[in-house]
Amino acid sequence: MSKGSVYKAELMWILPSIALPVIMLGLLLWAAIGRGHDLPGVEGTLDPAQLAKTPPFDKPGTFPAGPNRYQVNMVAGIWSFTPNAVRVPAGSTVEFAVTSRDIVHGIIIKGTSANVMVVPGQVTRFSARFEKPGEYPFVCHEYCGVAHHIMFGKVIAEAKK
Amino acid sequence: MKADSAGWTAEGRMAAAYLAVALAALLGGVATGLLQALEYSGINLYPKLAPVVRSYYHGLSLHGVLNVLVWTTFFISGFLPLVTGWSLGRPLAGRGLGWIAFWLMTAGLVLAAVPLVLNEATVLFTFYPPMKAHWAFYVGLTLVVAATWLVTLNLGLTVRAWRREHPGERTPLPAFMSLVTFIMWTISSLGIAAEMLFMMIPWSLGLVKNTNPLLARVLFWFTGHPIVYFWLLPAYVSWYTLVPRQAGGRLFSDPMARVSFILFLLLSIPVGFHHQYTDPGIAQAWKFMHAFLTFCVFFPSLLTFFNVVASLESGARARGGRGYFAWFLKLPWGDPSLAAQVLSMLIFVFGGIGGLINASYNVNLVVHNTAWIVGHLHLTVGTGVTLTFMGVTYWLVPVLSGRALWRPRLALAQAWLWFAGMVVFSNTLHRLGLMGMPRRTSMGAVPYMQPEWKALLPLVGIGGMILFASALLYFVIIAMTAFVSKKAAVERPAFAEALSGPADAPAFLDRLAPWVGAALVLILLAYGHTIWHLTFDAPFSSPGFRVW
Repeated sequence: MSKGSVYKAELMWILPSIALPVIMLGLLLWAAIGRGHDLPGVEGTLDPAQLAKTPPFDKPGTFPAGPNRYQVNMVAGIWSFTPNAVRVPAGSTVEFAVTSRDIVHGIIIKGTSANVMVVPGQVTRFSARFEKPGEYPFVCHEYCGVAHHIMFGKVIAEAKK
Repeated sequence: MKADSAGWTAEGRMAAAYLAVALAALLGGVATGLLQALEYSGINLYPKLAPVVRSYYHGLSLHGVLNVLVWTTFFISGFLPLVTGWSLGRPLAGRGLGWIAFWLMTAGLVLAAVPLVLNEATVLFTFYPPMKAHWAFYVGLTLVVAATWLVTLNLGLTVRAWRREHPGERTPLPAFMSLVTFIMWTISSLGIAAEMLFMMIPWSLGLVKNTNPLLARVLFWFTGHPIVYFWLLPAYVSWYTLVPRQAGGRLFSDPMARVSFILFLLLSIPVGFHHQYTDPGIAQAWKFMHAFLTFCVFFPSLLTFFNVVASLESGARARGGRGYFAWFLKLPWGDPSLAAQVLSMLIFVFGGIGGLINASYNVNLVVHNTAWIVGHLHLTVGTGVTLTFMGVTYWLVPVLSGRALWRPRLALAQAWLWFAGMVVFSNTLHRLGLMGMPRRTSMGAVPYMQPEWKALLPLVGIGGMILFASALLYFVIIAMTAFVSKKAAVERPAFAEALSGPADAPAFLDRLAPWVGAALVLILLAYGHTIWHLTFDAPFSSPGFRVW
């Protein structure tokens, strides 16, 4: 193989190798900003020892927040979520605010795109839509000790009567 | 330095010492791995092992630390200095320094291993605070990291001495790559060193009461992503500088190989937030910047793919291979060292594609912390790296022991068995991850088992058993080769020549200082704001917990 053909072969590989990731990244940016599929960000800090006095975590639970919208304030701790059952009508969008009272936890809600970390001292906010009636289990997906695997709960989307 | 058949040069003895520790760790790592795979498929052996392995999570901590921290680090610290010495044709600059590094690393390992084995550090290899392990675990791991810095120093001094002896010449590619790998690792290890020295060690000793879990996670992943390149680049050293000749061909392009390593030096580190996309407390804009830089790392990976495949093709064509793809069958598949490494490359391609999915910002929400990630890690470090290192030992152990490889056909079977086991094991975990099954969870005991998970989980056990059988075969072959097999005059392998050689590489690729400076600037841009903010504005409000 001559040196010229080595360079030519290199170039024929290099140019698409630059174009491909650039195109993919453009699509991701469009999905994040244009379609609203974005990640958790900075939502403020708190003292995990003072949760009982820190809104909104002084009142864990499910609260109406508008037409077809609900707000869930949730505290994660070894080895349970409070609340561990969230009841909303099917077709609702639920906005979650979650924090931890002890160590790092996580939450993934099956059947939705909700998947976040819960870090003590930080507030994680995300929303999920529960279109179909039924149960959506959520589980802790970050190792949190010897009973990590029993830490779970469920969202119950109730059919409209 | 002449190629030495007995291998018991000073460098050979040191490499053998590192390799012995690495292999012992791998044996412990695959044994605990089997327990996990069986537990997933409904066979719970932990109660029978209670005095030794106390729980699924105790075994999981052992599995992670032994495989990804000890097996890799010790193998690499033995292998790359050996390759460097051979390629420069001179001994390492500091022989005493080399042994100090080895004993410091081993002492650190023992110190960390005691609490780990005694169930006093069941915090997994990621040890996210405020879970708090015994202080000796953190101090021991810190000593291991410090020992790797001594290896970097030794490689740097050796290359500098060679350059003084050979003014105006390009550093030989194997030495260049080895040094770049260790410099990249040393810069990246500053994150974990800071986490240990300023946070975990004083906190675990009780000198400070509270810690900052998010800052610790950021510092951990500052090191935690580049560490995968620290494992991977030594496999690339073999693929670039030794495999082409084992395949009967030549390296396609030496300058392109240098460019890809320089890019790994620049881009491996400022990408850690792609492990923290779902974390609170880090702004989306910084996460997107890390996504962008991670996609940039895809570029040198593609260069490597091209260069290595083209080199293999040159070998296969020299052996009579034809056609666009059919040449692949003409590789010397009867050579266990080559077969293991080519099979590991095949698997690694899928690891690379999966990695791009993980790095894809919001797409990461589909896979984060699910079994998909476990599947991914076993394709990359569990096969791309591990099966390559196994392939390397199929020539390295004969060189070191002066004995022929014991039962080469069995070694060939071992490599194929690993390949087959991993296809079953990893594919199943990827699918389970897409079904939302969490990772690092005792699946045999969950109260929320889903029917579609249950249907697939037995395949994890079957894949794990095949992998374990392959590993046992591997240890038998290595032990027989080291101590029993017939004496033979084994020559160390020669490095591959290049179609486009080092003389075509411009001088600026050989001066590392400006590239190190550029890497530091990129790190400062990508991490400066967040680390500053988390250190001075975010609360240190978490006391430690023992949760196992």
